[in-house]
Amino acid sequence: MFDAKKIRKDFPALQKKVHGKPLAFLDSAASSQRPTQVLDAMRAYFEEYNANVHRGIYEYSEMATQKYEGARRKIAKFINSPSEKEIIFTKNCTEAINLVSNSWGRSNIHKGDTILLSQMEHHSNLVPWQMLAKEKSARLEFIPLGDDFKLDLHEYEKLLHRHSPKIVSFTGVSNVLGTITPAKQIVKMAHDSGAVAMVDGAQSVPHLPTDVQQLGADFLAFSGHKMLGPTGIGVLHGKAEILNSMPPFLGGGDMIKNVEFREATYADIPYKFEAGTPPIAEVIGLGAAVDYLHKLGMQHVREHEKKLVRYALEKFDGLSGITLYGTRDLSSRGGVFSFNLKGIHPHDLASILDQEGVAIRAGHLCAQPLVQKLGAVATARASFYVYTLEEEIDQLALGFQKAQKAFGV
Amino acid sequence: MSMSFDLYREIILDHYKNPRNKGTLKAPDAKWRENNPLCGDVLEMQLKISKDKKLEDIKFSGDGCAISLSSASILTEMVKGKPLDEILKIDKKKLLGELGIDPGPSRIKCALLSLKVLKMAVYSYLGKEIDRETKDL
Ligand SMILES: Cc1ncc(COP(=O)(O)O)c(C=O)c1O
Repeated sequence: MFDAKKIRKDFPALQKKVHGKPLAFLDSAASSQRPTQVLDAMRAYFEEYNANVHRGIYEYSEMATQKYEGARRKIAKFINSPSEKEIIFTKNCTEAINLVSNSWGRSNIHKGDTILLSQMEHHSNLVPWQMLAKEKSARLEFIPLGDDFKLDLHEYEKLLHRHSPKIVSFTGVSNVLGTITPAKQIVKMAHDSGAVAMVDGAQSVPHLPTDVQQLGADFLAFSGHKMLGPTGIGVLHGKAEILNSMPPFLGGGDMIKNVEFREATYADIPYKFEAGTPPIAEVIGLGAAVDYLHKLGMQHVREHEKKLVRYALEKFDGLSGITLYGTRDLSSRGGVFSFNLKGIHPHDLASILDQEGVAIRAGHLCAQPLVQKLGAVATARASFYVYTLEEEIDQLALGFQKAQKAFGV
Repeated sequence: MSMSFDLYREIILDHYKNPRNKGTLKAPDAKWRENNPLCGDVLEMQLKISKDKKLEDIKFSGDGCAISLSSASILTEMVKGKPLDEILKIDKKKLLGELGIDPGPSRIKCALLSLKVLKMAVYSYLGKEIDRETKDL
């Protein structure tokens, strides 16, 4: 049985008090906490077989390589990739998207081509494409957000017809609204119109079962630190065929087969895209995080968060002066809540909540255009994960009341 | 007393709810507008300057949190009628002293946005080179 109270015991950082209050960590969408299993796996690398990978002909290096490649296989299996060769390690989700915009983008996007994004992208799935569009004199178009906080698929269809985009890149789950996009359908529509499809999985892979073969996207990007793993490690999943057709992103050691003074031949995937010494401990840590999530079962993780969303919606509905952004349709709503309290700026709210031991995010949430579209300058955001308890949502609601009292609203 | 009450002292909440010198001037001699990039807040100050280089009148406008808006309100009261060269000497310590808070690392930008906007407006009016501290605010 899924038991968040038991799960919490694995997370040392959740045991602490903040300002004398038990910590309610409600900012996992920014970065999750890490269980001891992940910390232990990383420590074991440093203490028991610390060496570079793919290089040394000695015990430690062979063991490090084995664990490192073992983690790649686990991650491949976790998202049901047909081959671990399709798993490319990057620094984070942002770098994975930049890999695609630089490598695939610069050789496939030309003057006048259209890049289609959505109106609810994180800056990291927006700015790289702006840079590419500027360089290539390409155009950017956006799938609009409907009044129901979901992407307007009618308009999407029209945009596909009107612009025949070369690529459609969109988020699996909005980090502001929590909206779960119909990713499989969006990918299929993109493919039917001849476009390449990429999913920003930063908020979906940690929270929803992911099967890249069902999803069908050409690329899926995500970050380790939002799924119980360490910072400094991200993943790009790409279909082998398209990855094979792409030029390298960064050049250097490890990504080559043969080097002469004036030219080099490149290694096969995934190594072609992994120049230099990789973040070895972080990859091993992410492997342990994936083990942990797999043991919990991603379907159970999803059910747990759905329950929390239902609980939070009911709780927040009873509060005065709150504006909630996002759909109430639980089947397309992840564990992310953006909101504003009337008369209290989100920064002030976050400061007061911090004093109550409640950690939330406040600001433009790295999605400035979307937050503006919602008619706000900034919003506050609470987000949930495997260790989140209903009691923490209660603690949040109590904090709201304290803030309202302090501000006399 | 807990720190949240320190941060949201009477004076801060008073200036937030009843801002002094809020609005715009008809024909300002100088103005400046800045964003707080962390939260997307904006603040603008408009200045009326006399021939002998004193700040005759000042108004501020913008969106923001209680810390940034009350800081703007308090600062305008501090500087009204003062000579410009004196205004340029106000440093962050002085402003934080008037606010009476220690905003901590995540809110210090909010507290000091007003000082940056005011000094930039004065610098732009005088055509003087901006000093390092103002740039770093
Ligand atoms: C939807 C979405 N995409 C991309 C990112 C970027 O992730 P990272 O900063 O780990 O590269 C985030 C992180 O906040 C996100 O929420």
